Amino acid sequence: MLLIHCPYCDETLPELEFTYGGEAHIARPENPADKTDDEWRDFLFIRTNVKGPHFERWRHSHGCGRFFNAVRDTVSDRFLTTYKADAPRPDLAVLVKNSDVKEPSK
Amino acid sequence: MTAHVDLNGACTLATSSAAHVTLLDPVARFSLRAGDGERAALSKALGITLPGKIGQCARDDSVEILCLGQDEWMILAPKDQSVKIKAACEGIYGDAPHSLTEISDREVAIQITGDKATDLITIGCPRDPDMLPVGEARRTIFDGVSAILWRDGKDEYRLDLWRSFAPHVISLLKTGCSELAAE
Repeated sequence: MLLIHCPYCDETLPELEFTYGGEAHIARPENPADKTDDEWRDFLFIRTNVKGPHFERWRHSHGCGRFFNAVRDTVSDRFLTTYKADAPRPDLAVLVKNSDVKEPSK
Repeated sequence: MTAHVDLNGACTLATSSAAHVTLLDPVARFSLRAGDGERAALSKALGITLPGKIGQCARDDSVEILCLGQDEWMILAPKDQSVKIKAACEGIYGDAPHSLTEISDREVAIQITGDKATDLITIGCPRDPDMLPVGEARRTIFDGVSAILWRDGKDEYRLDLWRSFAPHVISLLKTGCSELAAE
Protein backbone atom coordinates (compact mmCIF):
# COMPACT_ATOMS: atom_id res chain seq x y z
CA MET A 1 0.00 0.00 0.00
CA LEU A 2 1.20 3.53 -0.78
CA LEU A 3 1.75 5.92 2.10
CA ILE A 4 0.79 9.47 1.18
CA HIS A 5 1.63 12.62 3.10
CA CYS A 6 -1.37 14.94 3.42
CA PRO A 7 -0.05 18.53 3.56
CA TYR A 8 -3.15 19.71 5.42
CA CYS A 9 -3.23 17.01 8.12
CA ASP A 10 0.58 16.87 8.13
CA GLU A 11 0.50 13.10 8.52
CA THR A 12 1.65 10.25 6.31
CA LEU A 13 -1.35 8.01 5.83
CA PRO A 14 -2.45 4.89 3.94
CA GLU A 15 -3.54 5.23 0.33
CA LEU A 16 -7.03 3.89 1.19
CA GLU A 17 -7.97 7.26 2.69
CA PHE A 18 -7.19 9.08 -0.58
CA THR A 19 -8.65 9.33 -4.05
CA TYR A 20 -6.77 10.17 -7.22
CA GLY A 21 -7.77 13.39 -8.96
CA GLY A 22 -5.99 13.36 -12.33
CA GLU A 23 -3.22 15.61 -13.59
CA ALA A 24 -2.49 18.80 -11.64
CA HIS A 25 -1.94 22.41 -12.78
CA ILE A 26 -4.47 22.29 -15.61
CA ALA A 27 -5.94 25.78 -15.71
CA ARG A 28 -9.42 26.23 -17.14
CA PRO A 29 -9.35 28.89 -19.89
CA GLU A 30 -10.65 32.27 -18.71
CA ASN A 31 -13.08 32.43 -21.58
CA PRO A 32 -13.85 29.02 -23.15
CA ALA A 33 -15.79 30.70 -25.99
CA ASP A 34 -12.49 32.13 -27.32
CA LYS A 35 -11.03 28.67 -27.76
CA THR A 36 -11.11 26.65 -30.93
CA ASP A 37 -12.59 23.17 -30.84
CA ASP A 38 -9.11 21.66 -30.90
CA GLU A 39 -7.90 23.80 -28.01
CA TRP A 40 -11.01 22.94 -26.02
CA ARG A 41 -10.52 19.24 -26.75
CA ASP A 42 -6.91 19.50 -25.58
CA PHE A 43 -8.00 21.20 -22.36
CA LEU A 44 -10.64 18.57 -21.66
CA PHE A 45 -8.96 15.36 -22.67
CA ILE A 46 -5.32 15.61 -23.64
CA ARG A 47 -2.96 14.85 -20.78
CA THR A 48 0.82 14.51 -20.67
CA ASN A 49 0.82 10.84 -19.60
CA VAL A 50 4.44 11.03 -18.47
CA LYS A 51 6.64 8.11 -17.71
CA GLY A 52 8.42 9.29 -14.56
CA PRO A 53 7.63 12.15 -12.16
CA HIS A 54 4.04 13.21 -12.67
CA PHE A 55 2.28 16.26 -11.19
CA GLU A 56 -1.11 15.07 -10.05
CA ARG A 57 -3.99 15.89 -7.76
CA TRP A 58 -5.11 13.78 -4.84
CA ARG A 59 -7.96 14.22 -2.40
CA HIS A 60 -7.87 13.18 1.23
CA SER A 61 -11.46 12.03 0.89
CA HIS A 62 -11.63 9.93 4.08
CA GLY A 63 -9.86 12.55 6.17
CA CYS A 64 -9.77 16.31 5.91
CA GLY A 65 -11.53 16.22 2.52
CA ARG A 66 -9.01 18.54 0.84
CA PHE A 67 -7.55 18.37 -2.64
CA PHE A 68 -3.76 18.73 -2.78
CA ASN A 69 -1.03 18.19 -5.35
CA ALA A 70 1.65 15.55 -5.48
CA VAL A 71 4.60 14.54 -7.60
CA ARG A 72 4.63 10.78 -8.08
CA ASP A 73 6.96 8.72 -10.19
CA THR A 74 4.65 6.71 -12.45
CA VAL A 75 7.27 3.99 -12.88
CA SER A 76 8.15 3.32 -9.26
CA ASP A 77 4.94 4.73 -7.69
CA ARG A 78 7.17 6.70 -5.35
CA PHE A 79 5.94 10.07 -4.10
CA LEU A 80 8.61 12.77 -4.46
CA THR A 81 6.57 15.39 -2.62
CA THR A 82 3.07 16.57 -1.82
CA TYR A 83 2.06 20.22 -1.45
CA LYS A 84 -1.01 22.34 -0.83
CA ALA A 85 -3.34 23.02 -3.73
CA ASP A 86 -2.55 26.75 -3.89
CA ALA A 87 1.23 26.29 -3.62
CA PRO A 88 3.36 26.90 -6.72
CA ARG A 89 4.61 23.98 -8.78
CA PRO A 90 7.86 22.75 -7.18
CA ASP A 91 11.05 22.66 -9.21
CA LEU A 92 11.24 19.17 -10.66
CA ALA A 93 15.02 19.34 -11.16
CA VAL A 94 15.53 19.89 -7.41
CA LEU A 95 13.08 17.12 -6.49
CA VAL A 96 14.72 14.66 -8.84
CA LYS A 97 18.18 15.65 -7.65
CA ASN A 98 17.12 14.98 -4.07
CA SER A 99 16.00 11.49 -4.98
CA ASP A 100 17.41 8.81 -7.21
CA VAL A 101 14.58 8.95 -9.75
CA LYS A 102 15.35 9.59 -13.41
CA GLU A 103 14.16 12.65 -15.38
CA PRO A 104 10.94 12.05 -17.34
CA SER A 105 11.48 10.65 -20.79
CA LYS A 106 10.63 13.34 -23.33
CA MET B 1 -23.31 -11.73 6.37
CA THR B 2 -24.95 -8.73 7.96
CA ALA B 3 -27.52 -9.41 10.61
CA HIS B 4 -30.19 -6.95 11.69
CA VAL B 5 -28.99 -4.74 14.54
CA ASP B 6 -31.22 -2.55 16.68
CA LEU B 7 -29.46 0.83 16.68
CA ASN B 8 -31.96 2.75 18.79
CA GLY B 9 -30.33 2.64 22.21
CA ALA B 10 -27.24 1.65 24.15
CA CYS B 11 -26.53 -2.06 24.28
CA THR B 12 -23.65 -4.51 24.35
CA LEU B 13 -22.88 -5.69 20.84
CA ALA B 14 -20.10 -8.15 21.55
CA THR B 15 -17.96 -9.04 24.50
CA SER B 16 -15.09 -11.43 24.99
CA SER B 17 -11.89 -11.71 27.00
CA ALA B 18 -10.18 -9.64 24.26
CA ALA B 19 -12.49 -6.66 23.84
CA HIS B 20 -15.92 -5.21 24.51
CA VAL B 21 -17.98 -3.57 21.79
CA THR B 22 -20.80 -1.36 23.02
CA LEU B 23 -23.37 0.71 21.18
CA LEU B 24 -23.62 4.12 22.85
CA ASP B 25 -26.72 6.20 23.49
CA PRO B 26 -27.73 8.68 20.77
CA VAL B 27 -26.22 12.15 21.06
CA ALA B 28 -26.77 15.42 19.22
CA ARG B 29 -24.26 15.96 16.41
CA PHE B 30 -23.68 19.06 14.33
CA SER B 31 -21.48 19.64 11.34
CA LEU B 32 -20.06 23.16 11.47
CA ARG B 33 -18.35 24.80 8.49
CA ALA B 34 -16.83 28.24 8.83
CA GLY B 35 -13.90 30.27 7.59
CA ASP B 36 -10.94 31.52 9.59
CA GLY B 37 -12.56 34.93 10.11
CA GLU B 38 -15.61 33.46 11.84
CA ARG B 39 -13.82 31.13 14.22
CA ALA B 40 -13.39 33.56 17.09
CA ALA B 41 -17.05 34.60 17.08
CA LEU B 42 -18.24 30.98 16.94
CA SER B 43 -15.89 29.97 19.76
CA LYS B 44 -17.32 32.75 21.90
CA ALA B 45 -20.92 31.85 21.09
CA LEU B 46 -20.38 28.16 21.83
CA GLY B 47 -18.27 28.81 24.92
CA ILE B 48 -15.52 26.48 23.68
CA THR B 49 -12.56 27.50 21.54
CA LEU B 50 -12.77 25.75 18.18
CA PRO B 51 -9.60 23.65 17.88
CA GLY B 52 -7.37 24.75 15.01
CA LYS B 53 -5.45 21.57 14.25
CA ILE B 54 -7.07 18.70 12.36
CA GLY B 55 -7.86 15.89 14.80
CA GLN B 56 -7.84 17.98 17.96
CA CYS B 57 -10.78 17.85 20.36
CA ALA B 58 -11.94 20.57 22.73
CA ARG B 59 -14.50 19.81 25.40
CA ASP B 60 -16.22 21.13 28.46
CA ASP B 61 -18.42 19.07 30.80
CA SER B 62 -20.90 18.01 28.17
CA VAL B 63 -20.03 19.40 24.73
CA GLU B 64 -17.19 18.15 22.57
CA ILE B 65 -15.88 19.87 19.43
CA LEU B 66 -13.64 18.00 17.02
CA CYS B 67 -11.72 19.60 14.16
CA LEU B 68 -12.22 17.43 11.06
CA GLY B 69 -10.75 19.68 8.39
CA GLN B 70 -9.39 23.16 7.83
CA ASP B 71 -12.87 24.67 7.91
CA GLU B 72 -14.91 21.80 9.33
CA TRP B 73 -15.85 20.85 12.87
CA MET B 74 -18.10 18.26 14.48
CA ILE B 75 -19.98 19.22 17.62
CA LEU B 76 -21.21 16.46 19.93
CA ALA B 77 -23.52 17.20 22.83
CA PRO B 78 -26.23 15.59 24.93
CA LYS B 79 -29.60 15.58 23.13
CA ASP B 80 -31.08 18.24 25.43
CA GLN B 81 -28.36 20.77 24.50
CA SER B 82 -29.18 20.71 20.81
CA VAL B 83 -31.62 23.65 20.96
CA LYS B 84 -29.09 25.74 22.90
CA ILE B 85 -26.32 25.14 20.36
CA LYS B 86 -28.57 25.98 17.45
CA ALA B 87 -29.71 29.21 19.13
CA ALA B 88 -26.14 30.23 20.02
CA CYS B 89 -24.97 29.88 16.43
CA GLU B 90 -28.10 31.46 14.96
CA GLY B 91 -27.57 34.50 17.20
CA ILE B 92 -24.27 35.40 15.54
CA TYR B 93 -25.13 34.33 11.98
CA GLY B 94 -25.39 37.91 10.73
CA ASP B 95 -21.88 38.83 11.88
CA ALA B 96 -20.21 35.47 11.40
CA PRO B 97 -21.82 33.56 8.52
CA HIS B 98 -21.33 29.80 8.79
CA SER B 99 -23.10 26.55 8.10
CA LEU B 100 -24.44 24.52 11.01
CA THR B 101 -26.19 21.30 10.06
CA GLU B 102 -27.74 18.89 12.48
CA ILE B 103 -26.57 15.36 11.68
CA SER B 104 -27.54 13.63 14.93
CA ASP B 105 -29.25 10.70 13.28
CA ARG B 106 -26.77 10.30 10.46
CA GLU B 107 -24.32 8.44 12.67
CA VAL B 108 -24.21 5.96 15.51
CA ALA B 109 -21.43 5.71 18.08
CA ILE B 110 -19.71 2.50 19.10
CA GLN B 111 -17.29 2.14 21.97
CA ILE B 112 -14.48 -0.41 21.87
CA THR B 113 -12.58 -1.22 25.04
CA GLY B 114 -10.51 -4.07 26.39
CA ASP B 115 -6.92 -5.34 26.31
CA LYS B 116 -7.03 -6.01 22.58
CA ALA B 117 -9.11 -2.97 21.58
CA THR B 118 -6.24 -1.69 19.43
CA ASP B 119 -5.94 -5.05 17.65
CA LEU B 120 -9.66 -5.01 17.00
CA ILE B 121 -9.40 -1.54 15.41
CA THR B 122 -6.68 -2.76 13.05
CA ILE B 123 -8.96 -5.36 11.44
CA GLY B 124 -10.76 -2.57 9.57
CA CYS B 125 -8.68 0.58 9.88
CA PRO B 126 -5.56 0.89 7.68
CA ARG B 127 -4.04 3.57 9.94
CA ASP B 128 -1.64 2.76 12.71
CA PRO B 129 -3.79 3.36 15.83
CA ASP B 130 -0.62 3.95 17.88
CA MET B 131 -0.05 7.14 15.87
CA LEU B 132 -3.33 8.51 17.28
CA PRO B 133 -2.66 10.30 20.59
CA VAL B 134 -5.05 9.75 23.48
CA GLY B 135 -7.68 12.49 23.55
CA GLU B 136 -7.61 13.10 19.79
CA ALA B 137 -9.68 11.79 16.91
CA ARG B 138 -9.42 11.43 13.15
CA ARG B 139 -11.78 10.87 10.27
CA THR B 140 -10.59 7.75 8.54
CA ILE B 141 -11.91 4.64 6.86
CA PHE B 142 -13.04 1.34 8.43
CA ASP B 143 -13.36 -1.55 6.00
CA GLY B 144 -14.43 0.78 3.20
CA VAL B 145 -16.73 2.84 5.38
CA SER B 146 -15.99 6.46 6.30
CA ALA B 147 -15.66 6.65 10.08
CA ILE B 148 -14.48 8.95 12.85
CA LEU B 149 -12.16 7.28 15.31
CA TRP B 150 -11.58 8.72 18.77
CA ARG B 151 -8.93 7.50 21.12
CA ASP B 152 -10.39 8.17 24.57
CA GLY B 153 -7.80 6.10 26.42
CA LYS B 154 -4.94 3.72 25.74
CA ASP B 155 -7.37 0.82 25.25
CA GLU B 156 -10.53 2.80 24.72
CA TYR B 157 -11.80 3.86 21.32
CA ARG B 158 -14.97 5.39 20.00
CA LEU B 159 -16.14 4.95 16.44
CA ASP B 160 -18.76 7.13 14.74
CA LEU B 161 -20.26 5.41 11.72
CA TRP B 162 -22.92 6.33 9.25
CA ARG B 163 -26.07 4.56 10.38
CA SER B 164 -26.67 2.58 7.20
CA PHE B 165 -23.12 1.18 7.23
CA ALA B 166 -23.19 0.32 10.94
CA PRO B 167 -24.58 -3.26 10.64
CA HIS B 168 -21.70 -4.15 8.30
CA VAL B 169 -19.04 -2.81 10.67
CA ILE B 170 -20.76 -4.25 13.74
CA SER B 171 -20.82 -7.74 12.26
CA LEU B 172 -17.11 -7.39 11.46
CA LEU B 173 -16.34 -6.23 15.01
CA LYS B 174 -18.36 -9.14 16.44
CA THR B 175 -16.33 -11.63 14.44
CA GLY B 176 -13.07 -9.91 15.37
CA CYS B 177 -14.01 -9.76 19.03
CA SER B 178 -14.50 -13.54 19.27
CA GLU B 179 -11.52 -14.37 17.04
CA LEU B 180 -9.12 -12.25 19.12
CA ALA B 181 -10.35 -14.04 22.25
CA ALA B 182 -9.68 -17.42 20.62
CA GLU B 183 -6.06 -16.55 19.74
